[in-house]
Amino acid sequence: MAKETRIILKNLGKIDPMKIEDAVAQGGYQGLLRARGMAAADLIQEVKDSGLRGRGGAGFNCGQKWAFAAAAPRNEKYVVCNADEGEPSTYKDRIIMENDPHRLIEGMAICAHAIGSRQGYIYLRGEYSFLSGVLTHAIDQAREAGYLADFDITVRRGAGAYICGEETALIESLEGKRGEPRYKPPYPPTQGLWQLPTIVNNVETLANLPSIVDRGAAWFASLGAPSYPGTKIFTLTGDINNPGFYEVPTNTSIQDIVYGFGGGIPGDLALQAVQIGGTSGAFVPPEMLDTPLDFDSMQYAGLTLGSGAVFVLDETRDILEVVTRIEAFFEHESCGKCTPCREGTPRLVGLLEKIAQGQGSRFDLDLAQKLGRNMTITSLCGLGMAAPVPMLTAMQHFPAVFTDQVSIKTSEEGSPW
Amino acid sequence: MESSDIVARYSSMPGGIIEAYHDLVDREGFLSQEAIIAAARCFGVSVAEAYGVATFYSMFSVKPKGKHIVRVCRSAPCHTAGSATMVDALQEQLGIKIGETTPDQRFTLELTECVGQCQATPVFTIDGEPYPGLAPNAVGAVLESYLQDGTGKEGR
Amino acid sequence: MVNLTIDGQSVSVPEGTTILEAARAVGVRIPTLCFHPDQSIKANCRICMCKVGESRVLQAACASPVYEGMTVDTRSPGVIEARKLNLQLLLANHPQDCLNCIRNGACQLQDLAAEFYVRDNPFEIKSRHMEKDFSTPSLFRDPDKCILCRRCIEVCSVVQTVNAYGMQGRGISSIVVPTMGEKQIESTCIMCGQCIHVCPVGAINEVEEIDKFMEAVADPDKIVVTQIAPSVRLAVAEEIGRRTGELSMESFVSALRHVGFDYVLSTNYTADLTIVEEGSELLKRIKENDRLPVITSCSPGWINFCETFFPDMLEHLSSCKSPQQMFGALVKTYWAEKMGADPSRIYSVSIMPCVAKKYEAARPEMNASGYRDVDLVLTTREVGRLFRLNRLDFSKLAPSQLDSWMGNFTGAAVIFGTSGGVTEAALRTAYELATGELLEDVEFQAVRGRENIREAEIDMKGTKVNVAVGHSTRAARELMEQVRSGQSKYHFIEIMACPGGCIGGGGQPLTRSDQQRAERIQAIYLEDQAQQLRKSHENPQIKTLYDDYLGAPLSEKSHQLLHTHYHPANNRYAVPGWNPQATN
Repeated sequence: MAKETRIILKNLGKIDPMKIEDAVAQGGYQGLLRARGMAAADLIQEVKDSGLRGRGGAGFNCGQKWAFAAAAPRNEKYVVCNADEGEPSTYKDRIIMENDPHRLIEGMAICAHAIGSRQGYIYLRGEYSFLSGVLTHAIDQAREAGYLADFDITVRRGAGAYICGEETALIESLEGKRGEPRYKPPYPPTQGLWQLPTIVNNVETLANLPSIVDRGAAWFASLGAPSYPGTKIFTLTGDINNPGFYEVPTNTSIQDIVYGFGGGIPGDLALQAVQIGGTSGAFVPPEMLDTPLDFDSMQYAGLTLGSGAVFVLDETRDILEVVTRIEAFFEHESCGKCTPCREGTPRLVGLLEKIAQGQGSRFDLDLAQKLGRNMTITSLCGLGMAAPVPMLTAMQHFPAVFTDQVSIKTSEEGSPW
Repeated sequence: MESSDIVARYSSMPGGIIEAYHDLVDREGFLSQEAIIAAARCFGVSVAEAYGVATFYSMFSVKPKGKHIVRVCRSAPCHTAGSATMVDALQEQLGIKIGETTPDQRFTLELTECVGQCQATPVFTIDGEPYPGLAPNAVGAVLESYLQDGTGKEGR
Repeated sequence: MVNLTIDGQSVSVPEGTTILEAARAVGVRIPTLCFHPDQSIKANCRICMCKVGESRVLQAACASPVYEGMTVDTRSPGVIEARKLNLQLLLANHPQDCLNCIRNGACQLQDLAAEFYVRDNPFEIKSRHMEKDFSTPSLFRDPDKCILCRRCIEVCSVVQTVNAYGMQGRGISSIVVPTMGEKQIESTCIMCGQCIHVCPVGAINEVEEIDKFMEAVADPDKIVVTQIAPSVRLAVAEEIGRRTGELSMESFVSALRHVGFDYVLSTNYTADLTIVEEGSELLKRIKENDRLPVITSCSPGWINFCETFFPDMLEHLSSCKSPQQMFGALVKTYWAEKMGADPSRIYSVSIMPCVAKKYEAARPEMNASGYRDVDLVLTTREVGRLFRLNRLDFSKLAPSQLDSWMGNFTGAAVIFGTSGGVTEAALRTAYELATGELLEDVEFQAVRGRENIREAEIDMKGTKVNVAVGHSTRAARELMEQVRSGQSKYHFIEIMACPGGCIGGGGQPLTRSDQQRAERIQAIYLEDQAQQLRKSHENPQIKTLYDDYLGAPLSEKSHQLLHTHYHPANNRYAVPGWNPQATN
């Protein structure tokens, strides 16, 4: 049985999240105290050196992002925790917030010290409104105990929009507007919330900071894959014996996740495909199971690490049907601002449905592919760019699923040109 | 309590209109025109903009709904785990189709995308309270618990 | 300076320049759609995509600042294909009935389809199946044609602070709607028509009434008379492919006769009249310290704005009707008498740069003549269509003069077309009326210019008169907030709803930039300088009107025919005292 490496989740099961003294007894806020004793520039260097990269999907070097905000010549800056966690099959951030909220608060306060911020926000997805109490209680306790110093945190709720996981859309939502992304540049570290320097970091990213500062950059950099160090919490769903969440070093392979932790497929069925990174992630065939899950290995293989969700499909599943449902998700969640995503997502659904019903031609298949590719290079934000990826990777790795559906039509139709 | 009173709680919160809308929806089930106009006034935005916010987010509606909102997740992991069967069970128990409200205005049945409870699929929620990994034949008992007024795990 | 390469060409531009701007410097005009030179960057159409460096992901040229060493590809086949596919997505969710659309030939989407040699569409053609909104008499919307560029929302909320438009829904269901998705007439819309100018396609247009005109012309019983507004006569040249001002008045009059008008008169005449009446009203109210400041009332878009957002301030408005409505009242009374014509046969048409005038003409109280004073309002654009319908060859038209009794005008009337013009015209007359002295230099430079609000202090032989000029209803709001709070220091305020004044009106030839407005304004001032008479009260036909008919300014007859009243709009979205900040 594979063993987890619990660093982010080290307090799971050992503390009562409503009691700050439990968290403190386990070493909570030690990192923050050490951070406050460092100059901001040194702290930022430490985080850079740790190699910590964003755990929300973009994978940008965390310290580098902080450096931009720290350098911005403004007095008012914001630390925003992205707790929008809308990626289907992902719930790791919820686990962190439910069980160890102080760890998140500590991470935010460390960031605040680094960039010179006095106000933080936790943008909590509306579907996690029930966590509002836990978080507010923890913030109150931290404030009373004096840990926050001149930094304060307010919990703000989302209201059911996946797009608000995108940092600029999140910022728009915090400003009380429709959650529509902004074009970049400018980037949030220089112009974010209310056009002021803002760091938007994922919950899991922030939850890494206490250990990094407490135990040092070199320690963290030695864990997992060199280019994407540390641990990652994976959530395992689908046709798997042991669904759940697992914190493992980043150089763990998909194989280990599925068979080691996941216990393989129920009923001894064959694995057909694994989707990594959430609903916008790539579909991976069994041959690619040895790929390590770190960001760069995945990118090199043409895959995305994303949120770290692992969704398993056995041999009985209709991949075309699953892909169609996924593209319908994106149609529902598209904000509607830019042409390729707003108009493209329903077109993808329409074409896939047509193909699934046996009414599609080779032309429709080619069009879906062409459209998908165009969305990945012309959309305004990451949602439009990522939306076609499940379909495109499924077409790439499981072509027969699609071509089988169109072979009937091709023989009847000539070229559309 | 008037809409304007509910909204006023957040008047000093920059960008607080979404928080105000949450409270309004909790209380009235939807965002009425009066509520939207009150919110616009309170936060110094135009009614058009306040309406644009009200119609953007899935958790808000400008049309009245039933007392309890039942939402079935249809995202990929729940989909493969049998959300369709769950939908059938709920439609049968409630006697309505997706998008409809029971004649006694007690339940509205909707679909939703992922609510982050994928540890046990399929998932449905009632008033935001998640019910993950239940068998279709268990939904009856859950719905029953909402039949007494101010019920479920958290009263409303 | 930043050095970069565009399509292999080296170019050097200041820091902060976008790819779009830099490309123009080397003769490369990257196609755009949502981009508008006078508005914020939208970057939502995704037409202006370019390849930058080796990146697979393309960049929007309108929103991408250049950096040192950047290499940009604006025209390789892959880039063009990427743009074209986005264009085809838009076209596939758009009515395919260009042949029936007002914007046929004047549509940016159509232009792009032609430029991209679109011959078919791989996507199935769909439609939103939404109803057209004809609830206002001035403009109508066709939501099926909307491409969601959001320019209308910006002009209405930022430039005009009217906030009649907003977004509804998300994703493929998103659409621009009036306020809360109701009909346009129930929103705060003031019918200024600025949205028409910024709409790149046929989603918002004027209510076209050429059929009514044709019916009137065909009716042998009708005497079809027209009045031409000051702004129209210079800009109408743009409708026939010329530069603004390059159509002589004589040719214009001749053309109007050719398309069917029996008599051609001029609103400029009643503009002069308005000055005499309003100038007298102003001096009277200054003397009596009565409800100052006096605020002009000739812009119906502004009147709508005032009735909607400042219904508690209506007493400040001049009671004078607009020149259009003064004309309407007189043509079926005074003019009919002079011509020996039966007023019931007169069909009074005005040619206006304005769409709000269609609403103004239909206001129930505008019937001082005993009939509807102005039967029909045609915009400059509709007149352009009449010219094209009749295939007039302007090089061959015999010149023709305006008809009698209500055709003469002075330079003071001409400048009504530009923001600041009414004020300047009023001052030319008020100065002489108040001081009894000859005004040597008629040009009041202080009230000219481009700023949204300008002010001047005019010394009338010891009496100081403070005037303010505002254009765009954003300026109106600012000035009116001052009036409401009792902090307005002015005796007289001129407000024009449209940026630039009437030359930028909602009915003018499609106005794509402020630069176009500036050119029209320049032409107006030149026209004024070319006039022999430049002060309203010197207009001999105005003198005749008073001598023969009205008696004196502000006489009982003047009041009956030439003055009006206003009423609060009671719009529930616009409560007095509440000022929604226009957000960008």
